[in-house]
Amino acid sequence: MTDQVHLAIALERAGWHPAAWREASARARDLTSPAYWRDLLRTADDAGIALATIEDALSLTDRFEPVDALRRDRVRGRLDAVLIASYAAPLTRRIGLVPTVTTAHPEPFHVATGIQTLDFASRGRAGVRLVAGASAAERANFGRRTSGVDAIPASGRVEDAPEIVAAFREAGEFADVLSRLWDSWQDDAIIRDADTGRFVDADRVHNIEFQGEFFSVTGASIVPRSPQGRPLLTVLAHQTVPYRLAAEHADLVYVTPHDDPGLAGIRSELDAAADELRTGGEPLRVYADLLVLVEDTGAAARSAATRLDEWDGSPLASDARIIVGTPGDVADAVRELVDAGVDGVRLRPARQPADVVAIAEKVVPLLRSTRTLREDDGRGTLRARLDLARPESRYAREPEPRHARVEEFAL
Amino acid sequence: MSRPVRQVHLAAHFPGVNSTTVWTDPTAGSQIDFSSFEHFARTAERGLFDYVFLAEGLRLREHKGRIHELDVLGRPNTLSILAAVAAITEHVGLVGTLNTTFNEPYELARQLATLDHLSGGRAGWNAVTSSDAFHGANFRRGGYLDHADRYERAREFAALAKELWDSWPDGDVRADAAAGVFLDDGVPARVRHSGPQFDVDALFDVPRSPQGRPVIVQAGDSADGRTFGAEHAEVIFSLHTGFDDARAFYDDVKGRLARYGREEDSLKILPAATFAIGDTDQDARDRAREVALQQVRPEVALTYVEQVWGRDLSGYDPEGPLPDVEPDTGSETARGWANRHAAVRARIAKLRELSETEGLSIRETVIRLTATPTFVGTPSRIAAEIDRYVQERATDGFTVVGHLTPHGLDEFAERVVPLLQERGSYRRSYEEGATLRDLLGLPAPRATVPFRRPPLPTPTLATR
Repeated sequence: MTDQVHLAIALERAGWHPAAWREASARARDLTSPAYWRDLLRTADDAGIALATIEDALSLTDRFEPVDALRRDRVRGRLDAVLIASYAAPLTRRIGLVPTVTTAHPEPFHVATGIQTLDFASRGRAGVRLVAGASAAERANFGRRTSGVDAIPASGRVEDAPEIVAAFREAGEFADVLSRLWDSWQDDAIIRDADTGRFVDADRVHNIEFQGEFFSVTGASIVPRSPQGRPLLTVLAHQTVPYRLAAEHADLVYVTPHDDPGLAGIRSELDAAADELRTGGEPLRVYADLLVLVEDTGAAARSAATRLDEWDGSPLASDARIIVGTPGDVADAVRELVDAGVDGVRLRPARQPADVVAIAEKVVPLLRSTRTLREDDGRGTLRARLDLARPESRYAREPEPRHARVEEFAL
Repeated sequence: MSRPVRQVHLAAHFPGVNSTTVWTDPTAGSQIDFSSFEHFARTAERGLFDYVFLAEGLRLREHKGRIHELDVLGRPNTLSILAAVAAITEHVGLVGTLNTTFNEPYELARQLATLDHLSGGRAGWNAVTSSDAFHGANFRRGGYLDHADRYERAREFAALAKELWDSWPDGDVRADAAAGVFLDDGVPARVRHSGPQFDVDALFDVPRSPQGRPVIVQAGDSADGRTFGAEHAEVIFSLHTGFDDARAFYDDVKGRLARYGREEDSLKILPAATFAIGDTDQDARDRAREVALQQVRPEVALTYVEQVWGRDLSGYDPEGPLPDVEPDTGSETARGWANRHAAVRARIAKLRELSETEGLSIRETVIRLTATPTFVGTPSRIAAEIDRYVQERATDGFTVVGHLTPHGLDEFAERVVPLLQERGSYRRSYEEGATLRDLLGLPAPRATVPFRRPPLPTPTLATR
């Protein structure tokens, strides 16, 4: 159990409250401008936040929202998250950049190389958050698939919806392919050996030969092994099927406990899944999500929340616990989670940029003053910052006949 | 009255994963570290180039069943690196090669629109059709399309992408906080498309970008490719660099434009060009020779003929005559090279003719064919040559590639560009806020389907 944690931030268009764009401080006409994303990510970076996730979807509408009855009071339109992260890479110094990618339509090969390129451009600060399944709107935009994720089944358990279970199996394959492609070049594959005229040693670059239920990918990545080896792989999970996906494939999982017993229950499910499915490497890092609206006084925060709720027509609802309050209230909630043993807390700002600025300028200093945050010791990569070892390529362990022979003679 | 001076357009091609790129030189840097892309893009911007140009990697090349070891290998994802370069440049265009076979229109259209937003209107798309089952094996789309189907898919892809880009009106989103209206009804327009390749009912999710659409570049040279270019392309990246050949290509492709209601200047032709610069013409020739020997090392020459012949020729001496055996046209000796399988017998005939008339060895023949720079000479000779191509309507400029990463264009930018400026045929500065389309002197794109507000759909819930 750790007593210090990292802070993460989850960036989403105008913020996590659906009416956030109507705030006077919002930049509603700038949501697709480079300056908007540069400013948000630099604010978080300068505050020492360890990583930023960036939401994404391949549709105009939210996941379960019908396209035939579009509300006019909702934010529409966004930029591709991997490219926002790539753009931000040279403009930031330390923060991990973790874009969201859906697994039903994009090509795993393109995603693998895109995230590796982000890792090079950020000098080792890349990650990805995978989302399983395609909504009806996403499927209509692509026209390639007839089934996907249309609704959570009445029981509330995804085990009862075969098409959602299949979507998670597919996400698992997707994660597996990413990780294999990231390993496909050994770290020492580029030899630049002028004597033999060889730029690479072909024995140290490996076709992954992946054959799965949903797709097959044969070759090696086109990108050499990136600074972190494997960029950080993360998922958000709320129940057993996604917990198992996280336990098998992820470095880090975001969870949404509403109280201590809830977190304990989640941890025991994750631990059981990890015992069964996780092979080698580091223990899964667990980050708890909080949706936060921050003002200097509790009254101001409540009044801002009420105003937003009135605009939207209904009270804010979220999978994550909602904190409407002062910087001290947020800091207290973070410390409770620390005491309950999480590795980190991911804050979802209700309003951007207002709550991002409040987190950076008020919540972070409070947490720092009580030594709740793990201080950055200046090490370079996101993995290093999170105390995750740099994984060796799985292919490096396979015997290499040429070298084996040399060793025999040497002995 | 003198005719106006036609303006030279230059694109900067990042050195590729092929033998043109010399990695054995002690000054050669990383082909993958971001600092190399930063250096390269800054050089292009210092030289006032129209755009930087990146190829696309879909699979590592193989030779005789193994990853090809002799050339530079490994490159970034095209879109991600261009988005990162957007952050450290201000003016230069960002053009990426992205294929229509292993992408989907909705996703690629939103990525390109994103790049256009992030760069403030500097995005371009070199739309290519690829390729074969070898590349397809890396993709869930899998399989491969035969030549005609590839172009059919490319045409349908480009048409659908344009409809998606045009489905949002010009100007800012409404975002009227007081009224609680973020978007008006019917914005974006719904794009319904049903064709042999794609069947979508789409609502595009990226608001209209600064250029409306990225600039569309095209590189194919077949009859299908030229037709696609005349219909959709705004720039053509060709391999026709000899003056007469370039002018014939220019006339042919620009002659097709009228059929699509387009003017001569709505399409720019920028062939690939290599160069060797010297203080004197002899010095330049010496440098060209030196570079050619670095590019076509003996083992590289032999690999080249093995790829053309499709068989193991390791017993042959690179300094000796060409192989006297027949090619194996059914083999898969080389996998992943564009154009290398095409017209094997014609290529061999060309190699033999060269070799026999001049008594050239394998290595010298390959040098002549693959390592002869387009422009060799003093900076003023090169500037004059480039200008002649453009003034005499053989090209609109060139896509220049150096042989060294990442500084291969530095000398060109420092020594040739100022002389083009003196000739009055090259910009002296970037215009503030110019888009890539502005830099290229291209007209604004015409909407294939002009944005129109569709009839109001079912009542919205906003006023409940």
